[in-house]
Amino acid sequence: MNSFIRYFSDFFIALKSLLAGMKTTLKVFFRKKTTELYPEKRGSLHIAAQFRGRLEMIHTDDNRHHCVACGICQMNCPNGTIRVESRTVTNAEGKPEKVLEAYHYDLGRCLFCELCVRTCPHQAIRFTNKYENAVFTREKLLLTLNRPGSSLLPKTKTPQGPDGMNTNPAKPE
Amino acid sequence: MFDFSVVTTWIDEGLRRIMPEAGAIAVECVIIGVLLLAVYAVFALVLILAERKVCAAFQCRLGPNRVGPWGLIQTVADMLKIITKEIISIRHVDRFLHNLAPFLVIIASLLAFACIPFAKGLQILDFNVGILFMIAASSIGIVGILLAGWSSNNKFSLIGAMRSGAQMISYELSIGLSILTMVVLAGTMQISRLVEAQGDLWFIFKGHIPACIAFIVYLIAGTAETNRGPFDLPEAESELTAGYHTEYSGMHFGFYYVAEFVNMFIVAAIATTVFLGGWMPLHIPGLDGFNRIMDYIPSLFWFLGKSALMVFVIMWFKWTFPRLRIDQLIHLEWKYLLPLNLVNLIAMVVIVALGWHF
Repeated sequence: MNSFIRYFSDFFIALKSLLAGMKTTLKVFFRKKTTELYPEKRGSLHIAAQFRGRLEMIHTDDNRHHCVACGICQMNCPNGTIRVESRTVTNAEGKPEKVLEAYHYDLGRCLFCELCVRTCPHQAIRFTNKYENAVFTREKLLLTLNRPGSSLLPKTKTPQGPDGMNTNPAKPE
Repeated sequence: MFDFSVVTTWIDEGLRRIMPEAGAIAVECVIIGVLLLAVYAVFALVLILAERKVCAAFQCRLGPNRVGPWGLIQTVADMLKIITKEIISIRHVDRFLHNLAPFLVIIASLLAFACIPFAKGLQILDFNVGILFMIAASSIGIVGILLAGWSSNNKFSLIGAMRSGAQMISYELSIGLSILTMVVLAGTMQISRLVEAQGDLWFIFKGHIPACIAFIVYLIAGTAETNRGPFDLPEAESELTAGYHTEYSGMHFGFYYVAEFVNMFIVAAIATTVFLGGWMPLHIPGLDGFNRIMDYIPSLFWFLGKSALMVFVIMWFKWTFPRLRIDQLIHLEWKYLLPLNLVNLIAMVVIVALGWHF
């Protein structure tokens, strides 16, 4: 008798769950589609803010950056993507100081692991979500990130996590 | 309402006037054959595109939209591609049976397709046991699938074909019994008379509860019959690569693909014909004005619209439910659908005998 009741209850439980499934899929059917049309809707695409498109050096409006040419990003880069070119000058206090000459970045070899951004002690670099990276020759992927004529912004305190990493890596706006 | 038999009689009389009767029949056969094949191919193309679009919508995607406006000629491009592809001959197969199998599948599907009443007077095969013939013809396809599995000399193919055989034999019962339930109500097996009997009210309303149960059982069994998800065990990719058509390539594979989609349409068309009034417009007894407005919509549109709705429901099943295991599949048929169907048949007989239907 027990199994007889279970036979029927199973039947109706199954029917109910199947109908619930069909209701869910029908709702999804009429939902707004998530596909982004690339060349058609090029200007209005939704690209996530945390998407790592390419590396960029942060510059202020008066063409100044935060890079002290310490080379930590270069050491941390697993692919040898970054090469920091610097020269040593004597500052006003008479001490030797490194000054950034050129920040070379090879987009073609970048892993987009973000280790450079996370280890930068001055938050001088960040990843932007610009995603159109395709070019015709590899030479065009060799970028120099510091703008011509830019200079170091005088030092400011940056908040640091307990492990020495930036707690809040700079995100593109 | 426009009767297509006017056109066909006109062609028939014109041909008989210029040539002897045998010649006229031969010419008509050729015309009908060519038209049938053309319509069959067009239906397959439309259905494949519809499947891809519906599938995409169920997954929050857009589906094909690059070839032609809204991707409309995507499947035409696919068809051109598959026609030009090489049919690879495999060394250790039974060559004759291997090449015969896809044709059996497509012929069975075509035979069933020929029985469909598309519109008033637009039906090729129509005789007193039409619906029985239609079910019987569509089941010949399983022979092709079994042959494909057997002749491929491949264990995946064989297991897939055997599963397909077990599935077909089981679910054929449900299809037969649910159709029989409606034949009890209609009192005829001739497809044209089945449709005409629904002139005042569709059978699904006329037969109320038993008809609705038969309709649901028919839809489940029909989905299983076409080897579509959630019953697509014969070609379960995870276990059997592609099942019975693993060893097929080029257009031979294309035949299976096309036959699968048109079979889905045939199942939808039988559901439309037997339960939803075929090409008959929606008539409600007593509302003469409403009935007359409904008559203005051509019968072809009624049929295609209702079939499209049924096709959508079958696709909806596929993209909602996970695949059944083979034992669950057999359980569902023999332990649930078959008893339900038999009880339902008796209920229908009682209702018809006592005149409790509308």
